[in-house]
Amino acid sequence: MTALAEATAPAATVSASEPAAITVEGLTASIRIAGRWFDAVRDVSFEVRRRETLALVGESGCGKSLTALSIMGLLPAGIGRISAGRIVVDAVDMTAADEAGKQAMRGERIGMIFQEPMTSLNPVLPVGFQIAEALVEHRGMGRRQAQARALELMELVRIPSAAQRLDAYPHQFSGGMRQRVMIAIALACSPKVLIADEPTTALDVTIQAQVLALLADLQVREGLAVLLITHNLGVVASVADRVMVMYGGDVVESAPVKAFFARPTHPYSEALLAAMPRVDRPSEALAPIPGQVPTLPDMPSGCRYQSRCPLRIEKCAERPPLNPLPGAPEHRVRCWVRAP
Amino acid sequence: MSAVAASAPAAPVAIAAPSAWKRATRSGGLVIGIVLVIAMVLIAICAPWIAPFDPDDQDVLMKLEPPSAAHLFGTDAFGRDVLSRVIWGARVSLFVGSVATLAGILVGTVIGIISGYFGGLVDKLITAATDILLSFPQLIMGLILVAVLGPSLFNLILAIAITAIPAFIRVARGSTLAMKERDFVDACRALGFGDLRIMFLHVLPNIMDEVVVMGSLWLAAAIRTESTLAFIGLGVPPPTATWGGIIRDGFDNLLDAPWLSIFPSLAILAVMIALNLIGDGLRDATDPRTPQ
Repeated sequence: MTALAEATAPAATVSASEPAAITVEGLTASIRIAGRWFDAVRDVSFEVRRRETLALVGESGCGKSLTALSIMGLLPAGIGRISAGRIVVDAVDMTAADEAGKQAMRGERIGMIFQEPMTSLNPVLPVGFQIAEALVEHRGMGRRQAQARALELMELVRIPSAAQRLDAYPHQFSGGMRQRVMIAIALACSPKVLIADEPTTALDVTIQAQVLALLADLQVREGLAVLLITHNLGVVASVADRVMVMYGGDVVESAPVKAFFARPTHPYSEALLAAMPRVDRPSEALAPIPGQVPTLPDMPSGCRYQSRCPLRIEKCAERPPLNPLPGAPEHRVRCWVRAP
Repeated sequence: MSAVAASAPAAPVAIAAPSAWKRATRSGGLVIGIVLVIAMVLIAICAPWIAPFDPDDQDVLMKLEPPSAAHLFGTDAFGRDVLSRVIWGARVSLFVGSVATLAGILVGTVIGIISGYFGGLVDKLITAATDILLSFPQLIMGLILVAVLGPSLFNLILAIAITAIPAFIRVARGSTLAMKERDFVDACRALGFGDLRIMFLHVLPNIMDEVVVMGSLWLAAAIRTESTLAFIGLGVPPPTATWGGIIRDGFDNLLDAPWLSIFPSLAILAVMIALNLIGDGLRDATDPRTPQ
């Protein structure tokens, strides 16, 4: 997608020296369970540049969504906190910003789309109103002007007969169309950063493909840095530039998408790929990963995957570093066996 | 444009589920209630033109006349026309009831949303206060307040409004708690909307249905309270005609001239029935669990 983006990007080409749109350095996010704080995201670092898509992959409970909430500054007060690290979005340090500062960033310079288009829209407000709302809130735009922009946005996300649909209510839209509305809302203020949390999970496969194609197209047009959170490796293969696999709050593997699918190295990545149905393989060969992600209080010290790992050795009681593979500095793996 | 729409993937068409209006009007109760209330309101508004006599005009020669062609509802102990008094009384009763209920809805809903939305200590305090207020029967509460404040139109409205507030706090808080867990509220936060915008632009319209149903039932209660207070002499001071007051005036001659109390009682009864029909009809229309 990056190559395509560079080839067809509109006049405002971004120089290579432009700082990353999202920079996360050593992020550790903790959540409180029964009065004690547990690290649910440990020392996660990454960058996403404009026109680039980074996919965060992993099972439920591995820290993907918590990472996204940390970037948005939306960790629930009292239950979640950022205990270490720095998050810079579009040149604004979100970890240093106060609540008003973070609020001004959300919706204005960071867009977010959610998994459930059926419930993420307010059922009693017309969609045009909801698309226009961020513009009214953040830009102080007048109602009429914001509505005109809402119409443009509906056309941008290719909602047919947008002008007639401006005053329609969410229940009058199908799931795919509602997800387009969500995308229009997220992009209303032309943010540079888009966080997509399982954007296609609730949609059926043909609609999934349409929505992903739309996102890819919008990414090029608007020059978006996209952080895609998903557990669907098929989606990753089709749209991501880089992949980060998370397990138990740790980044266990990080690689350019081609390198990842050519040589998945961490035992967890291997297991994820083996558990994914593929057309080039008989379906009986699906290998589920035994067990589930341990809850935070039960998380083993050292490598967090050791309780489910077939390759476990003595040394796994110690936390492995995220080491680059020999000859592939971009492809890094956190495993004593595979990347010692 | 139509060609585009036709070829569009999954072009949404508004599929008319049995509409709320149809569901509400199926039993007819809502329609009857609305017609009755509109009629009452029109009568109250048009009182100066449709009342056959001045409600305060005394005629000593016509004391305690039974219903006749000239005085459809008869006359009272001062020779005043009861029909005219009932018509004028509708003004006070409906005005006091609706202003007090509206004030109760406004204040109660705002406090309830704040309580449910923020939770924590604020919520605990508000809930405790609400429970204490609700533990008084509405009439006793109104009585205490009017006794303390003194009887006047404004104090009456204030007292009845205060009795209504806790009920609306409870309804609004409960609905807000449910609404707060909905995805669209998280989506609002992710869009950087402030608490005020989320509470009053997103949560409020979603809980209005419950508040309105509650409101129509409380309007009936408010009118009843006003009449009861007037009946025991704590209403709008005489000689202003109010339904409760007319019943009270007729009470001394109840055995000789029962029409004095019967006609205003029937007026109250009609409003009670109408408002309860509306409340039930609205509840049926807005509650998806209502059996079809």
